[in-house]
Amino acid sequence: MGTMAARLAVSRWVAARAAARRGPLVSCRRWSGVATDTVYDVVVSGGGLVGAAMACALGFGAWDHICNMRYRAFRRMQVWDACSEALIVFDKDNLDDMGYIVENDVIMHALTKQLEAVSDRVTVLYRSKAVGYTWPYSFPMADSSPWVQITLGDGSTLQTKLLIGADGHNSGVRQAAGIQNVSWNYDQSAVVATLHLSEATENNVAWQRFLPSGPIALLPLSDTLSSLVWSTSHEHAAELVSMDEEKFVDAINSAFWSDVNHTDFIDSAGTMLHYAIAFLKPTKVSARQLPPSVARVDAKSRALFPLGLGHAAEYVRPRLALIGDAAHRVHPLAGQGVNMGFGDISSLVHHLSTAAFNGKDLGSMSHLTGYETDRQRHNTALLAATDVLKRLYSTSATPLVLLRTWGLQATNAVSPLKEQIMAFASK
Amino acid sequence: MFQGLFFLRFLGIFCIDNHVICKEGQFNFFLSIVYSENQLSWTLPIKPWIFSEYRIMWFKSCKMTFVCFNRMKSYRYPWTRLYSTSGTTVDSSEVKTFLALAHRWWDEQGVYAPLHSMNDLRVPFIRDNLLKTVANHQPGKPLSGMKILDVGCGGGLLTEPLGRLGASVIGIDPVAENIETAQRHKSFDPVLDKRIEYRACALEEIVEETAETFDAVIASEVVEHVTDLETFIQCCWQVLKPGASLFITTINKTQLSYALGIVFAEQIAGIVPKGTHTWEKFVSPEMLESILESNGLSVQTVAGMFYNPFSRYWHWSENTSLNYAAHAVKSGAQEHQVPAESVLKEETEELQATASTNAGVREEVKK
Repeated sequence: MGTMAARLAVSRWVAARAAARRGPLVSCRRWSGVATDTVYDVVVSGGGLVGAAMACALGFGAWDHICNMRYRAFRRMQVWDACSEALIVFDKDNLDDMGYIVENDVIMHALTKQLEAVSDRVTVLYRSKAVGYTWPYSFPMADSSPWVQITLGDGSTLQTKLLIGADGHNSGVRQAAGIQNVSWNYDQSAVVATLHLSEATENNVAWQRFLPSGPIALLPLSDTLSSLVWSTSHEHAAELVSMDEEKFVDAINSAFWSDVNHTDFIDSAGTMLHYAIAFLKPTKVSARQLPPSVARVDAKSRALFPLGLGHAAEYVRPRLALIGDAAHRVHPLAGQGVNMGFGDISSLVHHLSTAAFNGKDLGSMSHLTGYETDRQRHNTALLAATDVLKRLYSTSATPLVLLRTWGLQATNAVSPLKEQIMAFASK
Repeated sequence: MFQGLFFLRFLGIFCIDNHVICKEGQFNFFLSIVYSENQLSWTLPIKPWIFSEYRIMWFKSCKMTFVCFNRMKSYRYPWTRLYSTSGTTVDSSEVKTFLALAHRWWDEQGVYAPLHSMNDLRVPFIRDNLLKTVANHQPGKPLSGMKILDVGCGGGLLTEPLGRLGASVIGIDPVAENIETAQRHKSFDPVLDKRIEYRACALEEIVEETAETFDAVIASEVVEHVTDLETFIQCCWQVLKPGASLFITTINKTQLSYALGIVFAEQIAGIVPKGTHTWEKFVSPEMLESILESNGLSVQTVAGMFYNPFSRYWHWSENTSLNYAAHAVKSGAQEHQVPAESVLKEETEELQATASTNAGVREEVKK
């Protein structure tokens, strides 16, 4: 990415989620001697995680800043069912970390710092909202501008050769372009919070349990802190957010420990398969670990947001590319939402840098379709899998519970399959 | 002799556009010979299915009904504002063909889509070969500081990427409408507007004022359209700095290039607009190399290119029998060899012998 010098502008939506606050507008760069509007190489609309990361990637890397702040490597992931004893453990034999858990705010802070470092190439327009977009004709017409025009809330306009839409699942850019979006709402909301564990542990395991109402996950942040992501019905989520701290902590602990959903039938069926597998594959079986118990919750850290699935029919149009949630929205049960967004960034940056090194017009469909094909292949599979899993685990109907119990145990037994899953998720 | 006709009939050719290349006085002579004999006549004794540079293709037979369709193109063309036609490498009939499509250059999915796609090969080819000649380069602009001439730039399809890579480019084209389209297109981009300059003229016209000023001259998809290749190459030599590069991409003159490049691409599949190319003017790599070497340009690379009409992408290829690219470098003083001694394929031998005796411009009368 060192070869590309881009002129960027990032316009930040006034988001519902908490985000770092900064001062007012940074001024735009102008070409010397040109009185008309500057033409930017790229404009990224949307300043969330993915948008800011895109701006950084086009400007350059932000990982160093994150390392100076809070993040956690995890080595192991244990996922199990509330309705049976079946569990699956992802473990890397070598000592490498499987992945990292980083809080949103930490990432945002790092990205913002990095944007400041590349401010000669990247201009960030805080507190600005795009109200309209004008698309160029697909065929060059005499005297009409071939660039995308973006009208901001304050009346000014930006012109750019490539507009990147990173403005979330209700993307204004996508709607303005008229791109079809396949979407439906899950009747679930996710509750997030930062939790204090009852005792300090090594805390390098990520936990997730599938309850009939939805999965609850505990992700390590430090020796004493973990992050909670609990997807459940809208009513229950609202209750959880408003209930007092003690009850909230009790609810979390019982969600992880309670056996209330077990049935004898499923338990015996599960045990049967377990013995069968142990007989066929008498190698080491990862011991079931017990998740840590929670003592307190951080005061203002509870929040909730609705869940749904979404996938844009097209990721690209001439002079337009969608990344992150604007292109695809997924259930958090696999923890892949923003990862897919980062994958989008990596692919788009790769295609754009090759195109720039070939002197191509950045908004040309020839390389944008390469990005689209790349990512659609990867994302569609993940979206479909996540949706299936969500539906499968949303029920306590016995046949489906049996199916998923045996399925989970079988998958747990097949190490190459688990390795493939880990590799796919790390892309 | 009938084999050739069967071959063509098999390909479904019932009419052929062809040209006459000869001195004016000879034209009537050939014509009268053909009419009086009223039989198949090949005006030169060559293998039936090979078309030579000088041929008039006429098929007349009592039994077969081939319709012979000749396009009469007048040497003198009413587009007088373009340039003077004496001593020129520009072919006025070619001008007319490109004029009709002057506004279609920048439609990436339109008639010029293959040329847009060819940038994926030619820009890296030019960029990488030029980068070999410099010690370091600016990361964002690998060609900055270089002066490049794009001959036959058309709508600026290749000129603009070179400009984006940092070079100062002059694009020339004999068709004024092409230059207008190119000017208009670059005017929207402030950076390109400053780096690129377009002129509607032929190469010969700027030779004197731009002698030895360019670090590179690009003649991409041009040499198959010029009338006099020798003069063209000489002009290229004159405007290049010593040690500078000449890049050429063009089409080989083989049976395959006739079948695929003209019959399939133009007449059947419509990948290339009809009448864009004339097989007689295709140049084989061997001929090109010999002309380059005899004019003080040492050939560094010749590489084949292949277009996949289904994927619409170009690929490099070992095989130069269709499209190919060549890179030559201007060496020392210009040397003139007698080409008759060089080793060439049979069908071009005759041409070479005649070329060495015909100094200067050959006029082309389209029939």
